[in-house]
Amino acid sequence: MFKLGLIINPIAGMGGSVGLKGTDGKETLGLAIQKGAIPSSPERAALALNKLIKVSNQFKLITCPGVMGEDIARKCRLDCDILSMALEGNTNSKDTRNAANLLFKQSVDLLLFVGGDGTARDLALVIGEKQLSLGVPAGVKIHSSVFALSPLYAAEITESLIRGRKTRPRLAEVMDIDEEAFRAGEVRARLFGYLQIPGVDRGLQVLKAGSSSLEIVKQQAIASFFAEEMNPDLLYLIGPGTTTRELLRKIGHEGSLLGIDALKDGAIIGQDLNESQCLELLDKYNPGQARIVVTPIGGQGFIFGRGNQQLSPRVIRRVAPDGIIIVSTPDKLQALQGRPFRIDTGDPELDFKLAGVYHVLTGYRESTYYRIEN
Amino acid sequence: MGTTAYDNNEFHQARWNEPVIYELSTPGERGIFLPEVEPEIEDLAGNVLDELPAGMCRSKSPELPEMSQMRALKHYLRLSQENLGADFNVDIGQGTCTMKYSPKVNELFVRSPKIADLHPLQDESTLQGVLEIMYKTEQFLKSISGMDRISFQPGAGSHAILAIVSIIRAWVDANGLTDTKDEIITTIFSHPSNCAVAKLKGFKVVNIYADPVTGRPDFEAFKAAVSERTAALLITNPEDVGIYNERIQDFTDLVHAHGGLCSYDQANANGILGVTRAKEANFDLCFFNLHKTFSSPHGCGGPGSGVVGVRDRLIQYLPVPLVSFDEKTDHYYLDYNFSKTIGKIKDFYGVIPVIVRAYAWIMSLGARGLLEVARVSVLNNNYVLKKLLDMRGVTAPYADRETRIEQVRFSFQKLKEETSCGFGDVQRRICDFGCHIWNSHEPFIIPEPFTIEPTESYSKKELDEYLAVIEQIIEEAYTEPDIVKNAPYNSVVHHIAEHKYLDEPDLWAITWRMYKKRYNDYFKKKA
Amino acid sequence: MKESFIHPFIPNSVPEVQQEMLKDIGVEDVEDFYSCIPDAQRYKGLLELPKPYLSEVELKKHVNGIINKNLSTEDLLSFLGGGCWQHYIPAICDEINGRSEFLTAYAGEPYEDHGRFQALFEYTSMMAELLDVDVVNVPTYDGSQAAATALRMACRITNRSKVIVSDLTAPDRLSVIKGYLYPDIEVIEIGHDSLSGLSNLDDLENKLTENVGAVYFENPSYLGFIETQGEMISNTAHNSGALSVVWVDPSSLGVLSPPSSYGADLTCGDIQPLGIHMFMGGGRGGFIGAPDDDKFIEEYPSRLFGIVPTTHGEWGFGDVAWERTSYANREDAKEFVGTGAALWGITAGVYLSLMGPKGMRELGENCIKKTNYALKRLASLNGLTVPAIGKHFFKEFVVNFDKTGKTVQEINARLLEQGIFGGHDLSKSYSQLGQSALYCFTEIHSRDDIERLISTMNLILNA
Repeated sequence: MFKLGLIINPIAGMGGSVGLKGTDGKETLGLAIQKGAIPSSPERAALALNKLIKVSNQFKLITCPGVMGEDIARKCRLDCDILSMALEGNTNSKDTRNAANLLFKQSVDLLLFVGGDGTARDLALVIGEKQLSLGVPAGVKIHSSVFALSPLYAAEITESLIRGRKTRPRLAEVMDIDEEAFRAGEVRARLFGYLQIPGVDRGLQVLKAGSSSLEIVKQQAIASFFAEEMNPDLLYLIGPGTTTRELLRKIGHEGSLLGIDALKDGAIIGQDLNESQCLELLDKYNPGQARIVVTPIGGQGFIFGRGNQQLSPRVIRRVAPDGIIIVSTPDKLQALQGRPFRIDTGDPELDFKLAGVYHVLTGYRESTYYRIEN
Repeated sequence: MGTTAYDNNEFHQARWNEPVIYELSTPGERGIFLPEVEPEIEDLAGNVLDELPAGMCRSKSPELPEMSQMRALKHYLRLSQENLGADFNVDIGQGTCTMKYSPKVNELFVRSPKIADLHPLQDESTLQGVLEIMYKTEQFLKSISGMDRISFQPGAGSHAILAIVSIIRAWVDANGLTDTKDEIITTIFSHPSNCAVAKLKGFKVVNIYADPVTGRPDFEAFKAAVSERTAALLITNPEDVGIYNERIQDFTDLVHAHGGLCSYDQANANGILGVTRAKEANFDLCFFNLHKTFSSPHGCGGPGSGVVGVRDRLIQYLPVPLVSFDEKTDHYYLDYNFSKTIGKIKDFYGVIPVIVRAYAWIMSLGARGLLEVARVSVLNNNYVLKKLLDMRGVTAPYADRETRIEQVRFSFQKLKEETSCGFGDVQRRICDFGCHIWNSHEPFIIPEPFTIEPTESYSKKELDEYLAVIEQIIEEAYTEPDIVKNAPYNSVVHHIAEHKYLDEPDLWAITWRMYKKRYNDYFKKKA
Repeated sequence: MKESFIHPFIPNSVPEVQQEMLKDIGVEDVEDFYSCIPDAQRYKGLLELPKPYLSEVELKKHVNGIINKNLSTEDLLSFLGGGCWQHYIPAICDEINGRSEFLTAYAGEPYEDHGRFQALFEYTSMMAELLDVDVVNVPTYDGSQAAATALRMACRITNRSKVIVSDLTAPDRLSVIKGYLYPDIEVIEIGHDSLSGLSNLDDLENKLTENVGAVYFENPSYLGFIETQGEMISNTAHNSGALSVVWVDPSSLGVLSPPSSYGADLTCGDIQPLGIHMFMGGGRGGFIGAPDDDKFIEEYPSRLFGIVPTTHGEWGFGDVAWERTSYANREDAKEFVGTGAALWGITAGVYLSLMGPKGMRELGENCIKKTNYALKRLASLNGLTVPAIGKHFFKEFVVNFDKTGKTVQEINARLLEQGIFGGHDLSKSYSQLGQSALYCFTEIHSRDDIERLISTMNLILNA
């Protein structure tokens, strides 16, 4: 029988209702409770679970005790197994990580979690690419692409999996912002890792579009094109992301998913580089002899400034704009619905200079020209 | 919308629960007799089958069904009733396909032995009638497009794209540009075949996205894309969103300035017949679908006809043969005399019945009629646009407050967000009213898309009928979404909920033989 | 447009209705919808077209006036073949493909268009039996397109970039294949024995390098003879890692072995002989048959319909592995797909259901016996060399007229005077065969018909 794991982060979203922009960290939570915040994630969880009642005889629910799952499951009259873990007082991210670990060990078919970016980060830390997961959005901050559009969507996807739909999992980004900076009014999202989520088709019910193609196939197609066009004389700084990782795999290397790798003449000459290492390498090449290869990160289509902060303004200035190569699967572009790529390097002047139209590799011998705006 | 003159809430489609034809078979029954081979023939021919080398004679009869003539007829008549032809419904939901009226009188012409029973290799003197129709239809299409010659070879729109890209390939190669001109530019809203065919013919493809506000292809991106490498531009205008790109000439001029060719996909020509032409926008090539704009019925997906037009400088590349006329002898003939021809795209000369219907259709409308076709199809479209935008949950991305040409790509995204009923649910529910709606070509840049193309064929009353159905479904989605989710109820069959039978190799059954091999009973997997 | 022009095909030309609609939209005039079109692109005035025949009476008179200039195979006795063949078309075929429900439908869903899905699933199921394969596609444009696609599929499956074809491949088909495979797949021709017509296997061995993904031949061949070395050709191809691709005339399969039995991996051809009118070569549909193997199925560009359950236990249908197609996947599609020849697929299904196994056998016997009878009768005429090439024949063979001192053109002109379409003139397309013509005999020919040809020919030859 289908095993469904469930984690509810009961405090996710509490900050938002009292204008706090997130609830990461004890003090903030305390502040939120003081301000009279009411948990919203239990309601969101119930919205999704109620939708699953009709298939309740087809799956086994395994969840955390009390507020992290059990309470809501019982309210929805769903039978469940309870993980043996002790909760004390207000739950925190350690509890989330602990629960994720336990569910992974029980080999659940899907781990449904109710929360926000912070919750997703906790999961990425423990189970990352190993466990099929799906987020029910309940947090204030939803920058990660691991969430269904709404609790109802999440239920719909879960139901289809319970009913036996095979999925082709894909890796989705877990993003989070620096909450302190955020509360100070500055948005600074970072790429924290990846979770394995169901390959969700657009419009589950549309017969002809049974399921969208494997993202990885499209990434490999881009990689083939990139390999064909690669110039052995140039230095390539390969930015983070699953699409860019495929570029390196195509030529036989395992890149660092979250970091910057340097490529020259088919060989890796630097891995997981920081800003100064990037600059050091660039010093060895003439202007025009180096390229930065990046892929949009996060749902907003950021090319710089989200998840690839190692590519600092100083690094970018050395190659921009002609040395910037953008790769993107068509699905990512389509998800933007025509909105331009964005940049936020932290240097407004550079951002202004970088705005324009760029060549974007989107498939094998297939590309587009697309705008960057800041 | 309240009351409408026509209420089809009580509709339900024929539901015969007709078995698969193999289940109807009774060994020994016969559907038809063949002539007896006369004894004289038997005698002289001898035992010809036995003389064949071993292994060439079929040893086991094909497992075809055995059934009486009437049962076979009944089976297919029932299946036909389980199919919603355009003649039966207000078929405006199949946007981009121009589901217009196909006049019945034209069927008389194509069913005449004088068309149906012609052999392609007959002496030309016995084919003068059909050649005359082809020749004259070419003259009509030249006038409609402004092109200089038209080929009838391709079997439908995608096939026309193949012919066009093959011509571009031949032109690039003939001019020694193979290494320099290796890119084709198209737009993301162009038919998927533009991209697929360009790659098939060895070009790199550059897709231009639409401007998120205006819905026109992004000209700045296009400018960045055009270079000496550009072999050609393949573009539609209006694109499937129904928005006319008024800068089209800037696009063609820029490509020409870089020595490339420009091809106009006129699958969406219905709203601009006699209003604007390929020639005036400086295109070098174009194509029309005779089974769309020119009224030939769609036949469940063909046969169609995609005719390709070119300007003078490309005539020599056209697939052969064309039909020419010798004034001296007053004789129409198949003309193979084209020095750079790409050769054959299709067997023989084109899809004759479709060409004959197009001829008769144009001859029953004339210049004024064609213009009226365009004007009314645009009027109908903007009427539907206005009415649909007044409904909850419906949006029409791009070109806010502008009117459109012959169709609009709408979105049910808002409906999905607000009710969790998306396009797929509406699509299943609409069957219950004897209507149809189509999900549009991928990629789904516009989420939860549907494309409505009302054409000139439907009256205001009929458009209102269709709109009332949509409105009712939307109402259901907001009040009782499960009604929509579990649809259909009154269609031929119920919900096909399990897609794994179509997506998983060990479950799919593409023929009855595969089904029997994999399953006992009703989809019980064999061990 | 001052006075109103209300055409029977255009209801909303009624001025009052137009006014009402314009008011609803909030626009003054239909012309306003075109204000987005720059003046330079506007076509001024009316298109140059002839005056229309607005009444059906006049239209019918006009069109019939033109098409009645044609002489059809119903008017004259025809022995033309060459890839388009005159067979009997059961009345029910035309009854079904003329039904509005099928004729005017397009791309509905498996619910309201269940009938089309089922009819086409049944067509592919029956074709699979006739071809003795597991999978058949929804028809593409024609048999030549099917051949070209089968060859591209073979190259994708083997990851190779050359194909070998017989030099006696039907000329038009060879042109389609070469055009379709250009520029990335090279087409190499192999020779044949000038007497037997059979493929030269030494030549095949020599040219069968490791880059060759497919070996292609036709059975029966364009010139009518049966290629009897099928198994050897397939084996040779397989030994080198190439696939065997065979084009077959489906009307022969009641008596001749299906290519899959002699090693064909992909079988292709045209369904025209299965109940579809010739339409001067315009009535065609292509099929490709393959084994039940993902590696083949995933390479089809065409639509494939599968049978599926519904929530209520009915037979349902849908598109199998949709994302192979260019509809679903712009970037990495296998070739392309679009409107094909579905109506003819349904028609061929009707035909096969009426014929059944016995009918197909009798059809084959009719063709092969009448053809061999005619062959012997023509061979008895002075000056004719029959057969000019090949040994075993199904429904066509080549007649050579060199010794008669007359050209095929002259002979055919005389035959036409007597109401007969003589065999297709090969003197230009196959000059090595001299003054030769390709004659075709099917179930529609009675002994009297054949004897009429013999006696007329005899008169012409002795004139």
